[in-house]
Amino acid sequence: MYHKEKSIQIKNSASALYNNLGVLRIAPRSLTYFTVVHANVVNMVSASWDGLNYSHRQLQSKEPNVATSTSLIMQAAFCALPSRDLLVVTSQKGIQIYESDGSTMVYWHALDTPDTPTDQAVFARGISAVGKSYICVGDSSGSILVFDVPSKGSNITLSDVLKGHKKSITDIASECSGSQDCIADLISADDGGNLCVWKSGEEFQRFNNIPGFDISCTSVKLWKGTAVAGYGTGQIRLYEAVTGILHAEVNAHARWIYSLDIAPFSGLLLSAAEDSLVRVWHLSIKPESLSVEVAHLHNECVTDTQICGAKFCDGDGHAFAVTGYDLSEIIRYTQS
Amino acid sequence: MSSRTLPLLFINLGGEMLYILDQRLRAQNIPADKAKKVMNDIISTMFNKKFLDELFKPQELYSKKALRTVFDRLAHASIMRLNQASMDKLYDLMTMAFKYQVLLCPRPKDILLVSFNHMDAIKEFVKDIPCILTQVDETYQQLIQIYTNLSSGEFQLIRQTLLIFFQDMHIRVSIFLKDKVQNSNGRFVLPTSGPVPYGTQVPGLIRMFSCTGKEVSRLQFSNGGNYNAAIREGSFEIFGDRVTKLGTNMYSVSRPVETLMSGTSTNSAQHAKVNMAPNPLAKEELNLLARLMGGLEVQKPGNADNGFRVNLFATDEEEEEAFISRPDELSYGVIKIQATQDQQASAELAKIMGEFSESGDQSPIVSSKGDDLLAMMDGL
Repeated sequence: MYHKEKSIQIKNSASALYNNLGVLRIAPRSLTYFTVVHANVVNMVSASWDGLNYSHRQLQSKEPNVATSTSLIMQAAFCALPSRDLLVVTSQKGIQIYESDGSTMVYWHALDTPDTPTDQAVFARGISAVGKSYICVGDSSGSILVFDVPSKGSNITLSDVLKGHKKSITDIASECSGSQDCIADLISADDGGNLCVWKSGEEFQRFNNIPGFDISCTSVKLWKGTAVAGYGTGQIRLYEAVTGILHAEVNAHARWIYSLDIAPFSGLLLSAAEDSLVRVWHLSIKPESLSVEVAHLHNECVTDTQICGAKFCDGDGHAFAVTGYDLSEIIRYTQS
Repeated sequence: MSSRTLPLLFINLGGEMLYILDQRLRAQNIPADKAKKVMNDIISTMFNKKFLDELFKPQELYSKKALRTVFDRLAHASIMRLNQASMDKLYDLMTMAFKYQVLLCPRPKDILLVSFNHMDAIKEFVKDIPCILTQVDETYQQLIQIYTNLSSGEFQLIRQTLLIFFQDMHIRVSIFLKDKVQNSNGRFVLPTSGPVPYGTQVPGLIRMFSCTGKEVSRLQFSNGGNYNAAIREGSFEIFGDRVTKLGTNMYSVSRPVETLMSGTSTNSAQHAKVNMAPNPLAKEELNLLARLMGGLEVQKPGNADNGFRVNLFATDEEEEEAFISRPDELSYGVIKIQATQDQQASAELAKIMGEFSESGDQSPIVSSKGDDLLAMMDGL
């Protein structure tokens, strides 16, 4: 049902990091931006939809006032707020927020790093926009930093620090269906597989805590009130977010899942793992019981590649893009 | 990223180095007593207490260049000498072997089993030398103490840190090509068949539940592979069956050490760029390196007649050829630590050089500023 298209070459290969592919569709300009992290560099490509123009940019993790060696980047992700799109880059030293085209850094937040390295690694990871003006970023201590972003300019402020996790944050996602009647609109996951469900607002409220099983939840999504979580066991679990009721459990992959994505309009789910496979699923809400159902639709094998990033390129799931460890390209698949 | 990565990187690369040297010492018919001395000297240097104390401190990984320097020293800890082409080849083989093991280990935690396979083999090498055996056993205890309680997420972070270290290295190794575990482009083969990792279910089942937790339906799907159920978990004790073969000795007399030395053609431009990237060695790293190597005691070859050279190639001509034809992008540009006339020499480095240098010259000691360390490093 999907076929492979011409891939996009990137300047450096992708590092093995969870959710290591960022995609932002700029419809008015018929462009799509892609980001892939390579060690201490973010590779950016802007690709025109006609496939004729590709322009590249590289963002270095050069932090102001940090004299020591450069730090490794953990994640780069686009945050689409109603008023503006931004690119957020997290590293061992802090959080950088850029204009979505990577042209200017508008904000920089330094993490508290010890003078000498300790047993516990320090980094930020897990990025999501939520509500009208918030960007949430997780860190290795389990805190979630909430930044309030004005509709213009660089006057970004740290407005809240959410405590709910005891392990390093792995991923954060907001409700992607656009539905306003969902009570909770944010979900966060950690290295112990625990999920926290939040309601954004001037004061963020924690709604629910879904305990894990001591294996990392590496990628999480929230769609029509359903929490979709991918784990190191290769399983995908679907919970009703506010109650924590388990609706479905899928033995989906043979190795660690690295990335999940949802096409909110069609309910298509994409899962990608170290086992070199990308799978497409279909989620539907059964009206009579309001429970969610999963059906398997499609497999793609990216031979000899441990996949680290996979994302749909549009809200319907007509196309998706994939990259993997040591791969210097973004492979695209389109529905036939 | 993970500050717990360096000990595992060092022990596993060291283990691979010992496998290769053991095989070459046999292949070159080095007298048994000399070969034995080389293995013992290197192992006892590797597991030197002062050195390991530095190694086990939480810290970031060194650059490739810095780590190569450490292994250069280690390989020359005894009466055996390797020239640059052979050392390059040795290091290529070690790194590609461990990259393969890190990439293929079924679960991130299995990196510890790979390390135990190396440690088990090292113990076997020195089984009749009680004092070295004690050193190795102490390291075992340290590994068990530090690593067995780490979570799956922390192991994944260690694995990801190692994979960044090995990123873009695609040197082709003939033993891997013959075994069909490496492709001609230098990428390793990832099987979509065989047993799934311990704790993982064979993909292919969807289970759905009612609000009361009752299973209401089961659906099968085609997983696109040919997987079997997981086999038992390997032992994380000091003795035991590790189950995985990753990290065991793959060389034997009938399977000699060989490499095809070439970067991948598609990536060679990129290689060069990566190597020339700024931050060759940050000042901070130089200090760390100096401290680490301070613990690496190197024996001075007593008698010139006793020393010998080992060749990682079939003949000297082949070795010479490899040296000349080695692509620039594969050059490690080893840091040469040489005595200089500079009176501002750092006390610490001078001391270290005293321990390293074959002539045993001591440089004058003055201050210990990082700038002086930089000044003393040749050939950056």
